Amino acid sequence: MGADHHGPAKGLTRWLFTTNHKDIGSMYLWFSFAMFLMGGTFALVIRSELFQPGLQIVKPEFFNQMTTMHGLVMVFGAIMPAWVGLANWMVPLMIGAPDMALPRMNNWSFWILPFAFTMLASSLFMEGGAPNFGWTFYAPLSTTYAPPSVTYFIFGVHLMGMSSIMGSINIIATIMNLRAPGMTYMKMPMFVWTWFITAFLLIAVMPVLAGVVTMMLFDIHFGTSFFSAAGGGDPVLFQHVFWFFGHPEVYIMILPAFGVVSEVLPTFSRKPLFGYSSMVYATASIAFLSFIVWAHHMYTVGMPIAGELFFMYATMLIAVPTGVKVFNWVTTMFKGSMTFETPMLFAIAFIILFTIGGLSGLMLSLAPLDFQYHDTYFVVAHFHYVLVQGALFAIYCGVYYWLPKWTGHMYDETLAKTHFWMTFIGVNTAFFPMHFVGLAGMPRRIPDYALQFADYNMLSTIGAFITGFSQLIFVVVVIKCIKSGKQATDQVWDGAHGLEWTVASPAPYHTFSVPPQVR
Amino acid sequence: MLRAQQRRRPLAGSIATAAIFMQSAMVLAEQGARSDTNMRYGVTDVSHRVYDLHMLSLWICVAIGVVVFGVMFYSIFAHRKSRGAVASHFHESTKLEIAWTVLPFVILLFMAIPATKTLTDIYNTDDAALDVRITGYQWKWKYSYPKDGVEYFSSLRTPRDEINNLAPKGENYLLDVDEPLVIPAGKKVRFLITAADVIHSWWMPDFSVKRDAIPGFVNESWAIVPEPGIYRGQCTELCGKEHGFMPIVVRVLPEGEFSAWIATRKEEAAKERELMSQSFTMEQTMERGKGVYEKVCAACHQPSGEGIPGAFPALKGSKIAMGPIEGHLNIVVHGKSGTAMAAFGAQLNEVDLAAVITYERNAWGNNVGDMLQPIDVANFKKGK
Repeated sequence: MGADHHGPAKGLTRWLFTTNHKDIGSMYLWFSFAMFLMGGTFALVIRSELFQPGLQIVKPEFFNQMTTMHGLVMVFGAIMPAWVGLANWMVPLMIGAPDMALPRMNNWSFWILPFAFTMLASSLFMEGGAPNFGWTFYAPLSTTYAPPSVTYFIFGVHLMGMSSIMGSINIIATIMNLRAPGMTYMKMPMFVWTWFITAFLLIAVMPVLAGVVTMMLFDIHFGTSFFSAAGGGDPVLFQHVFWFFGHPEVYIMILPAFGVVSEVLPTFSRKPLFGYSSMVYATASIAFLSFIVWAHHMYTVGMPIAGELFFMYATMLIAVPTGVKVFNWVTTMFKGSMTFETPMLFAIAFIILFTIGGLSGLMLSLAPLDFQYHDTYFVVAHFHYVLVQGALFAIYCGVYYWLPKWTGHMYDETLAKTHFWMTFIGVNTAFFPMHFVGLAGMPRRIPDYALQFADYNMLSTIGAFITGFSQLIFVVVVIKCIKSGKQATDQVWDGAHGLEWTVASPAPYHTFSVPPQVR
Repeated sequence: MLRAQQRRRPLAGSIATAAIFMQSAMVLAEQGARSDTNMRYGVTDVSHRVYDLHMLSLWICVAIGVVVFGVMFYSIFAHRKSRGAVASHFHESTKLEIAWTVLPFVILLFMAIPATKTLTDIYNTDDAALDVRITGYQWKWKYSYPKDGVEYFSSLRTPRDEINNLAPKGENYLLDVDEPLVIPAGKKVRFLITAADVIHSWWMPDFSVKRDAIPGFVNESWAIVPEPGIYRGQCTELCGKEHGFMPIVVRVLPEGEFSAWIATRKEEAAKERELMSQSFTMEQTMERGKGVYEKVCAACHQPSGEGIPGAFPALKGSKIAMGPIEGHLNIVVHGKSGTAMAAFGAQLNEVDLAAVITYERNAWGNNVGDMLQPIDVANFKKGK
C-alpha cells in the first residue's frame, strides 16, 4: 500500500468526484443500507398498526403512504442499489479489469440516487401526503385520484431509471471489453454472468417504466386519457405496461442473488459448482421467460381465457430452469467438505427459503387458484420469501463473503452468526404466518382486519421487530470489521477460487493495472 | 389425502395451535367452514374444485420440498468438514441434468391439466338465470337487478367506535354491511362487475369468485350456491383510504323467499319515487341530509366537515358550500373532473341530493339558511 502513489483524494471531494469502482461500490452499499433502514422503519409502522385489530397508531391514509413508500424504497432504494454496489466492487475484480469501463458515468449513476430519493421522501412532508397508491401505482388511483405529490414520485422514478440504465450500460461495457486475457465468456464467474444478464434486463425494461410514468404525467397534467376510460383510454393498459416492466424487475432483483450463492456454495463446500454451463443457460432461460409472463399478476382483470392460459403455462415453465438451479446447488453441496461460516449460513438459508417462495410461486401460477390467492397476504408472504429471504439474504451472503477482501480484516464471526440467526428467526416469524392469514382470506394493503386474523398478525409483528432490530447487529459487525479484526489473508477462505482472491486484502485502491492471465 | 375431514385440518394447523394463541376470537362462520390457516372449502362446486387443486399443488410442493431439503440436510449432516468429509470433485452429469429438467416438466403437466379444466368452467358464464350488476365505488358497492329495476348501495355497518377501539368489537367486525347482495339458492347467477371511480375487486371466497371492478369495463363471473346462508368477503384491490372498509356480504335465499324479497324491493323503490314530488321542512331535510352525509360524504370530507388538508377539501366555511346554491348543486351532481369528487347525480336520488346539499349549507356553522326541495334537484338535472 505504501507504494500506491495513486491513492484516494482527501476529504469530501474523494467521494463526490471519485471514478474509482471500489469507492463507488462502497457508496452504493452504504446508500442502500440507509434506504434499507428507512424502508424497514416504514415496515415497522405498518406492522405496529397491524399488531392488533382496530386503528391504533396511524390513520388509513397514512397507512397507505407507508405501504407504498415501503415497497418503493425497498425495491428501488435498498435491493437494486445494493446489487449495483456489489457489481461495482466485484465485477472488475472478478474479471481482472482495472476499473469499470465508463468511470465518469459510474460516478453519475450513483450521485443521481440521493437526489431521486430525497425527492421521493420529501413527498412525506407535502400537503396531501406521500404517494398512497401502492408501489404498483395502478391508474386511475395514481392519476385522477392521486395526491399532488405524485408528480415528485414520477420525477423520482425517472431519475432512478436513468441511474439504473447508466449503471447497466456500464456493467455490460465492462464485461464485454475488459475481461482479462484468457477469460472467455464460459469461464466467467457466475456472479458476473448473472449480472451480465440482469444488466440486459434492466436496459430492456427501465425505459418501459419511464414510459408508463410519463403517460401518467400526461394524464395528470396535460389532459390526455391513456388510462381513463371516460376519455377513451384503458386503465388495464396501465397494468400491462407496468407489469411488462414489473416482472423482469423482480428477476433483476433475484438473478444476481443466484450468482452470489453460486460463488459462495463451492467455496464452503470445497467443491466446484455443479453444472456450470447449465446454470448459465438456466439463468438466460429465466431472463427470457420473464418477458412473457407479466400478465400472471393480472389474472383477475378479466383477460380472455386464451390469454389466461398462455400466461399460466408460460409462468409454470419458469419452475423448470429454477428447479435446475436449486438441484445444481444441492448437488454442489453433496459430497463436499462443508464448513458453516456466516456467508455459507446465508447461502443455505437462501436456498431453503427461496425455494419455499418459489413453490408458493408455482401455486400462484395456477390461474384458478390465483382467484383465491390474488391480492391476499398469501401473495405478500410469497414475494417476501423471494425478496427478503431471497434477495436480501443473498446480499448479506455476498457482503460477509467479500467483506474481508474490502476491509482487510476478518469480521467477528460470533456476532455475524448472531446477526444471521436473529434475522433468520425474525423473518420467518414475520412472513410464514402470512401464508395462513392470506389463505384464510385477509386482503393485503388494509390497515385493519377481521378478528379471525388477529393471532397471526400479532406474531408477524413480533417477527418484524426482531428482524428490524437485528439489523443493528450488522452495523456493529461492519464497523468493527473496518476498524479492527484479524488480518485477512489474500485468499481469505481456504476453498475460494477466482481472481478477486489473488489481490491483496484489503484490495488496493487500484488493482489489475496489468491484466492477469487466465488459463 | 383430500378427503373431507382433512380439508378443515390442514397440516399447518397443528403447528399453529402449538404456537402463540393469545387473544382468541375465533368465530365460526355462519356457512362454509372457515379455516384460520388454510383456504376455505367454500360452498360451490367451483370453490370445491379450486380447493382440491390447491391441496394437490400444496402436497406436490411439500413432496418436492421434502426430497430437495432431505438431500440437502443429509449432506449438511454427513458431508461436513468437522466430520472429516473429503470433497469429491465431480461437477457435471448430463444424465442428471436431463432428468431434473424433464421430471419437473412432467409434474407440471399433472397440475396444468386440472387447472385448465377448472379455468374453462369458471369462464363459462352462459345460461345464467339471473344477472346482477355490481359496481364498485369509493368505498361501497352498488348492487342492481337490471330486469327488476331494483338497485341499492351496500356499505360498511361496523360502527366507527369499534374501529377506533372505543367499543368492543362485534362478531362480524369489518365484515358487516347495511344491505347485503341477495341472490337465490340453486340458480346460476351471473355477476356483471364494474366500477365508477378507481379499480376495486369483488371477492367472495366461499364462491371462489374474484374479479376486478374496472371503470369502463364489465367483467363477468358466476356462481351457483346450493345452500341458503350468509357469506362474507372484502374488496381486494387497493382503492384508496377506506379500502379496508368496504366488505361484501351475500345473502342467499331459497328461491321462493328471493322472489318475495325482490317484489318488496320493487314496491319500496316505487314509494321512494313518490317522495320526489313532495316537499319537506327544513328540519326533515336536515335530518335526512345528516344521514346521507355520514354515509356518503364523511369518509372524505370528514364528519366535522373539515376534510383532510391537501387531499379532501373542507366543506365547513367553503366557498362552494356557502356560495350560490346552483354552484353547490352543480358540483355535487356532476362532480369535479380530475379529482376524487364523484358525480353523485348518478348515485343519489333527488330526495337525498336535496337533503345532503341543504345539510352541508347549514351544518357546522355554515348557516347559509337556504334549502333545496327534491323538485329543485329534478329541474336542475333536466337542465333547469
